[in-house]
Formats: sequence, C-alpha cells, structure tokens
Amino acid sequence: MSTNPVKTPPAQTSLSRRGFLMKLGILFNGLAAIIVALPVARFLVSSITRGRGNGYLSWVSLGGVGNFPEGETRMATFRNPLVMPTDGKTVETACWVRRIAGDQFQVFAINCAHLGCPVRWFPQSGLFMCPCHGGAYYRDGARASGPPERGLFEYPYKIESGVLTIDAGQLPTPGDPVASLTSEKPPCA
Amino acid sequence: MRLITKIGEWFDHRLQLAAPIREAAGHPVPRSTASWFYVFGSAALTVFLLQLVTGILLALIYVPSAGEAWSSLQALNHQVALGWFIRAMHGWGSNFMVAIVLIHMVQVFLFGAHKFPRELTWIIGVFLLLMTLGMAFTGQVLRFDQDAYWGLGIGASIASRVPVAGPFIVKLMLGGPIIAGATLSRFFALHVFVIPGLLIGFVCLHVLMVLKLGINEWPMPGRIVKRATYEAEYHTLTKKDGEPFVPYAIWKDMFFAAFIVLAVAACAFYFGPFGPTGQPDPTIIQTAPKPDYFFLWLYALLSLLPPALETPFLLIVPPLAILGLILLPFLSGEGEKSWKRRPIAVVTVLLIAITLGTFTRMAQFTPWSPHMNAWSGEPVPDRYIHGTTALERQGALVFQVKQCRNCHSLGDTGGQRGPALDSVAVRLTQDQLIRQVIQGGGNMPAYGNNLSPAETTALVAFLETLHPTTQRPARDAARELVLSNGQLKTSGTQP
Repeated sequence: MSTNPVKTPPAQTSLSRRGFLMKLGILFNGLAAIIVALPVARFLVSSITRGRGNGYLSWVSLGGVGNFPEGETRMATFRNPLVMPTDGKTVETACWVRRIAGDQFQVFAINCAHLGCPVRWFPQSGLFMCPCHGGAYYRDGARASGPPERGLFEYPYKIESGVLTIDAGQLPTPGDPVASLTSEKPPCA
Repeated sequence: MRLITKIGEWFDHRLQLAAPIREAAGHPVPRSTASWFYVFGSAALTVFLLQLVTGILLALIYVPSAGEAWSSLQALNHQVALGWFIRAMHGWGSNFMVAIVLIHMVQVFLFGAHKFPRELTWIIGVFLLLMTLGMAFTGQVLRFDQDAYWGLGIGASIASRVPVAGPFIVKLMLGGPIIAGATLSRFFALHVFVIPGLLIGFVCLHVLMVLKLGINEWPMPGRIVKRATYEAEYHTLTKKDGEPFVPYAIWKDMFFAAFIVLAVAACAFYFGPFGPTGQPDPTIIQTAPKPDYFFLWLYALLSLLPPALETPFLLIVPPLAILGLILLPFLSGEGEKSWKRRPIAVVTVLLIAITLGTFTRMAQFTPWSPHMNAWSGEPVPDRYIHGTTALERQGALVFQVKQCRNCHSLGDTGGQRGPALDSVAVRLTQDQLIRQVIQGGGNMPAYGNNLSPAETTALVAFLETLHPTTQRPARDAARELVLSNGQLKTSGTQP
C-alpha cells in the first residue's frame, strides 16, 4: 500500500519471525487438509462415480421364456447385479413380465412411477394398482389414473437362447427412470 | 461430611466449574417466567437425553446390516429381557420429542420470544427442529422393515425430482444403485453419529444463549420491544422483579420433566414397541407402506395434490418454509410480544395446526388408497342382491370380479378412492354409466378393453339398481322421446 508509507510498525509485526511461522503453519495445515480431503471426498461420492454411464446396469436373467404364458402378466424376481455382503434379501428385486405374444415382451419395474411403492397386477380388470397413493396403470404400463405423471418404468429386454434377460441394476425413480418407457403412449394404445 | 467437602474442593480447585455453575443456577429470572408455559424447552432436553440413553441401549443388540437388522429387532422384542420395553421407550420417546419440540416452538412464537435479542436462539431452534425430524426419519429407516424399505423408495423418488442433481442425490442417499446394505449403514451413521453429534452441539449453544440472554419475560400487551432499550429494560426487570432460577423456577421444569419421562414409559408399557412390520424383502409386494405419524401429513399431501403441482410443491415449499422460519426474527424482530395483540400470528399458528392435524387424521384412513383385497374379501351386501334379476346378479359378480370394489364402496365397505356407489343410479343415467365404465375419466381408468359387451350390460344393469327405495333412478327424459320417434320412423318405413 503506497497510501501511507510512514506507518511501518504494523507491517513490521506481521513480518516478524513468529508471525511468519504461524502463517506458514496455517498454510501447511491447509495443504494437509486438502491432501486428506481429496480421498475423503472421492470416498463419499463413490456411490455416484461407480454408477457413471451405465456402470450399475447389466443383463440379468428372468428365466426361460416358457415360464411366461402368452397374453399373461406374471411377477418375476432377479438378483441385483451389484451385491454387497451385508445386503441380505434386499438384492432380490421383483418385476412384472407381460408376454404379449411370441418374443414380444414388456418388463415393468415393480416401483410405481409416482413414489416407488410396489404396484400389484390384477389380471381380472387388467390393471396395475398402487397401494400407497392410488396410482393405476393399464396392462401395457400406460398411466390409467391417480397421481403418477407417467406410465410404469420398463426394462429393456432381450431373449438369448430361450432365456428372457433384462438390463437392470438400479432403482428407477421419476427423476432418473434408468430404463426408457412407454410414458408418452396414449392410454389403451 | 468434611471429607466430601474436601474431595469436592480438590476437584474444583482443578476443574474450576463450581463458580460458573452456581452463577448459572442462581441467575435471576423474571418472576412471571416461573410458569407452566415455560417448561417445554427443558422437557425437550429431557426427552433428548432419554433418547440418547435408550438409543445406546438399543445399539448393544441392534445390528446395522440389511441382512440382520430385522432379525436383531425381533431378538430385541422377544429374546432379550425387556428389549421390547427399551424399543418402545425409544419409539415413543421419538414421538414425544417431535411433539414437545413443536409445542415449544409454538409457545416461543406466541410469546414473542423469537424477537430481539433472541433471534439466533430461534434460528438455532429451527435447526434443532429440522434435526429432530431428521432423527425421526432416519430412525424409522433403522427399523428396517417393509415400511422402512418402501419409505426409502419414496424418499428416493422425491429426491430424484430435484432438477439436474436428482439422480446424484438418490445414489448418494442410497449409497448405491438400489436400497440395500449400504443404505442402511449410512442411515445408521446419520442417526447414531452425525445428527446426534450436531444436535448435542446445537442444544448446548441453544441453552447457553438462553442463559446469556435471559429467559423471555412474560409478554404484556403494550410492552413494545425496541432494539435500543430492550436490554436495559430486561435488566431492570430481573433486578426489580427477579428471582434466582434455582429453585424459584426450576421446580416446575423438574416436575414436568419427570411427568414426561413417566408418560413415555407408560405409553411404552401399554402400547409396546413399533413394529417391525414384515421383512424388508422387496419380492414381498403384499404391503401398503405408511410413514410414522409425524410424516403422515406429507403422505396425505402427496396423495391429494394435483399431479402436476406435486414436484414444484415438494421442491419449492419446504425450502421456502424453512427460509421463512429462519427469517422470521428479522422480519418481526421488534414490536408487540403478546399474542393478544398479534392476531395474524395466532391465526397462522391455528391454520398450520389445523392443516397438519387434518392431513394427519386423513392419512390414518387413507381414503385415496385402493383396498387391494376388497374385491375378494368384502361381498356385496345382501340387500343389494335381494329381489334382483339374473342379469343384475351377474352384474354384481362382474362388479366384484373386475375389482371395482377396490375403489368403490358399497354399504360402507370397500375402497374410498372413487365415490361410494350406494346411490349411483340417482346420479348417473344408463348412458352415463356405460360411458363412465367404458371410457373412464375423472380419475377412473377406462374398462373398455377389459369388459365384454355382455359384462358391461350386466354391470350397468346392476349399477342401475343402486338407488334408495325412496328415490327414482336418474333418467334422460329426452331419450324415450328420441327412441320412440325412431321407432315410429322405422315402423313407418316398414310396409
């Protein structure tokens, strides 16, 4: 500062040996904090980074095509591809498989597209109903009524040597549907 | 006795805590504050301490692993002596804590205690409320049962709606791609380390500020708070009309604290622990998850809001509400303290209380949820079948088999998602019934694809019988005329 060059004493104290060492100490601690914080941050966000791209998704089997009669919708379960030793039963996931005809399928997530409660299939009325807030869907997964803003989440599927497999591994949520869906289809399409 | 005094002196010579403790205990408080209205803060602290103790006791047995949490809770309930009682104390303690913190907050607000110079005490109190609710939610997750599992799914679905960051927040919250072991572990860390640590720190600050700034005097209508003069006035008040906090005021706090502890114990003893409900097995879908009572209002709100309003509401209103609470002491930091002269404050509190109360009450009945088993479990009442034709009876069968009953009640049983149909024939004509069944609308799915023409005819025939004996069914007056005209024409063209 050139405004008041006469006032040197404060500048002198700030330049004292102890003052300098303290500042160096703060700097040194800051450096240590950054070096330690980087791996900590990496550790904390590992659940995000691991799933980057489609890192959490892989093709899982739902069993032979023969288990699913044509024209019917049945529940199937699969084991989540990523398993941790403490997961217990939570790695088992349910889904609804609709075999339209031949190799034509629709595999719906069990989670309601409103807030994720498990939807139940009623073959007599051809509706999926949600027990939580009353969402309902038609047999093709399109929204029928209630609070959901879209149809059921649908897993991509393929059939390999007579086995139905789906691309799964992540909880579908309204903001992150993972699998693409039928949402924009008009009802009864 | 001399020995005890000597030991005490030895410790205090080193600790030097006796003087500040004596000063805090003997600090003068306005006489009027030794009131039963002023006991909720200390009661909240008492319940918090109770939660710490019972929480540590539960941690002796509980296993925070998705594979074992549920069975460790079963062991607590059934195998460990009085494990059920400690669980019940912790569960009821949580309910009491949320309730007492809210009552404390309302009392503070209505008595104007958030005004100058206690703004920061209020703001820290707002954080304490949020942390209390955070403890309630994370605690519900640790009771790792079906409700907890699907409740996490609801939490994730709400969090996912945050623009851009939503998917990341969900993965951070769940600790992975699905609700699993890592999810429970991180909620355990939050419930047992992070939030309680913050709570202890903030509670200490909160209490320290109450000691430093003095307890809010009884608000007198017309005694206006001004920044320039308030502190001097308060000082004079405590000098002129003050009494030492111990024992003048504290005995009421102590009585109420003991009463609350006994009330928690009594509830725990009579009502027992909460759950756990079914196993957290995602393949068991025969469940209707429901949150604990302090979040029931949210459950109701999420069912009743128009779908398009839901996401904006969830993302905008809570942050605004919290911001409003934080800004409150700056917006009304001066002026009248007495609730007798603050009608808007009173009306606001009443409005919020009635709204939350109504939503909570509604969520106990969940009229918006279909009754999943009504179609097979609740038969059509006899009186609706008596004296009906074969076609109408067939219609009653269609009504049950097609799960209409899951959403529509007859004779007060069945779902309440749609309107009760006991007198539907009075409201809708035959044509309107057919249209409604086939096309749906007004929140009803269309059944056109799932009913054969014969089934529709039978169903509508049955629905047309649903009217009180004293009221005739609705009919389209023009219809008969049009039909008879048509008949005339057709008969006219015939030779």
